[in-house]
Amino acid sequence: MQTKRRFRWTFQRRQKLGGFLFTTPFVVGFVLFFLVPFAQAVIFSFNELKLTSTTYELVPKGFSNYGYALFTHPSFVQRLTELIGDLLVEMPLILAFSFFAATLINQKFTGRTLVRVIFFLPVIYAAGVIQKLEVEDYAAIMYATSRRTATFLSSDSLKALFAAAHLPGAMTRYVNAMIDSLPNVIRSSGVQILIFLAGLQSIPPETYEAADVEGATPWEKFWLVTFPMVSPLILTNLVYTIIDSFTDMNNTVLRLIEEVLWRGYGYGASMAMAMLYFGAVSLVLIVAFALVSRRVFYRN
Amino acid sequence: MSSLKRVRAGTVFMVLARTVLLIGISYVILVPVFLRISQSIMPVQDLYDQSVRWIPRKPTLDHYRMALTHMKYFTALSNSVLLALTVSVIQVISCAMIGYGLARFYFPGNGLIFAMTIFTLVVPPKIIVVPTYLNFRFFNLLGLLKDNPINLVGSYWPFVLLALTGSGFRCGLYIFVMRQFFRGMPRELEEAAYIDGAGLLSTFTRVMLPGAVPGMIVVFLFSFVWQWNDYQYITMLMPGKTFLTYMLDQLLPTMANYIGATDQLTASAGFADNHYLSLVNSAGMLLMICPLLLLYAFTQRYFVESIERTGLIG
Repeated sequence: MQTKRRFRWTFQRRQKLGGFLFTTPFVVGFVLFFLVPFAQAVIFSFNELKLTSTTYELVPKGFSNYGYALFTHPSFVQRLTELIGDLLVEMPLILAFSFFAATLINQKFTGRTLVRVIFFLPVIYAAGVIQKLEVEDYAAIMYATSRRTATFLSSDSLKALFAAAHLPGAMTRYVNAMIDSLPNVIRSSGVQILIFLAGLQSIPPETYEAADVEGATPWEKFWLVTFPMVSPLILTNLVYTIIDSFTDMNNTVLRLIEEVLWRGYGYGASMAMAMLYFGAVSLVLIVAFALVSRRVFYRN
Repeated sequence: MSSLKRVRAGTVFMVLARTVLLIGISYVILVPVFLRISQSIMPVQDLYDQSVRWIPRKPTLDHYRMALTHMKYFTALSNSVLLALTVSVIQVISCAMIGYGLARFYFPGNGLIFAMTIFTLVVPPKIIVVPTYLNFRFFNLLGLLKDNPINLVGSYWPFVLLALTGSGFRCGLYIFVMRQFFRGMPRELEEAAYIDGAGLLSTFTRVMLPGAVPGMIVVFLFSFVWQWNDYQYITMLMPGKTFLTYMLDQLLPTMANYIGATDQLTASAGFADNHYLSLVNSAGMLLMICPLLLLYAFTQRYFVESIERTGLIG
């Protein structure tokens, strides 16, 4: 035993071995359960799938599935553009609101815990099947139409206010869309609020003390300390918001893709739509990322 | 003196404005929940009564009774608890491991693997729903078992395999959270452990994991909640099995069938109409999220406090 040289851990050896050891499960899973299905989905989008009792067959169709999705289907393109339009309206609102809400609940006041619990409630409530059922619910629709529950921001009066201001038509429409989506914005900001809250908590108090010594006003402190310090999180939240709204199974395009999948037109057409959708999502994500990441301030 | 007064008036104004805003926002969030609670105890006659808004004249528990029976609530509940618990416990462990590997080790492919985790987040699960189904229906390990593929659909295996390899629903997010968390922990901890002769695994399990408990609680809760509410994976991989989300989705058709088959009179008298069914639906929804609300009520302290320490700064 004495003669045998002991294996020595060098820094680099440990780094490599540790990295492979800890990330191998993910790589295996990625290939088996993600890359394989994704590649198959790409293949399906160029074929027609026929399911038999034991296995399945593919009938090649070239680009005709894509042609169907883009030119023949009555509402796919329209729904896709509408969805992206809605996101462009809601995204700045969600980011602004969640930042604002996080600064609010970061302050010290009585009942803070309760307010934090309430703000996070939508993450539990507005998810999955419940949201799906809400969309189809009769009593909820009846409530919305027949007995207008008094909303805290009565949207009609706000709209009237903006209409009276004689703003350009496009701007009025944008403001109206914003007002309409306000409850939705509030309810889909739960995770973002928590992320911003985490960021606000991580700003060292010394920075504010230094700003106080220099005689900064609260306004200056916000723009010169708080905002730059949490700006990396604006990027994180931007990405999360886009992913969250595009992968939400209740959005109109994904519903359409599912309808096409189960009713009639077949797997191929549905997969072609899904691929086009995925392309559009990636494009939005890349553009948004490129626009914002240049303006982000990093501490290190 | 006067400036002091001005400051105090300013503070009072700020506190007032803040209170009004917080109440308003909380109201918007709570209204749908209160509406559900009110509807779940409201007899259908009160729904048509214009003078009843929130509090029913004759509160009833009938809707709960109907929902409990037709959702097979207690079977579905225990199945959902078992599945969500299995998945989230495994996911916490696997995502912590993967996150740690990405956070602390420099090896060729680190950046690529991180990009892969983000990629899994961007692709909606619905896009790969059919290939995933076929993958598990004819499971053959990349062609290794080509001749006799195994049918894993309807068992817990797909969920376990997905969780174990960090490829389940939103696992990319959990890996990201854990990665950021480990990056925020001091390097000296590991170095001390290595110097004392600990290996890679024992350093991870005995030094790093105990320090990462807050991050793991966050991941556990997210994972539990999202698995609980999951509808896509359950309908795809557990077709026809009794889980809360599936039973809730099927509640209305089941009820309509039941009423139509058993009670022609009730059906013809209009009690099986959509409004009545949606009241039962409210009860069903509350029954489904009730366990989550309980869990959240007990753990929210860890949740809100620990996410602040997860160092999510990207």
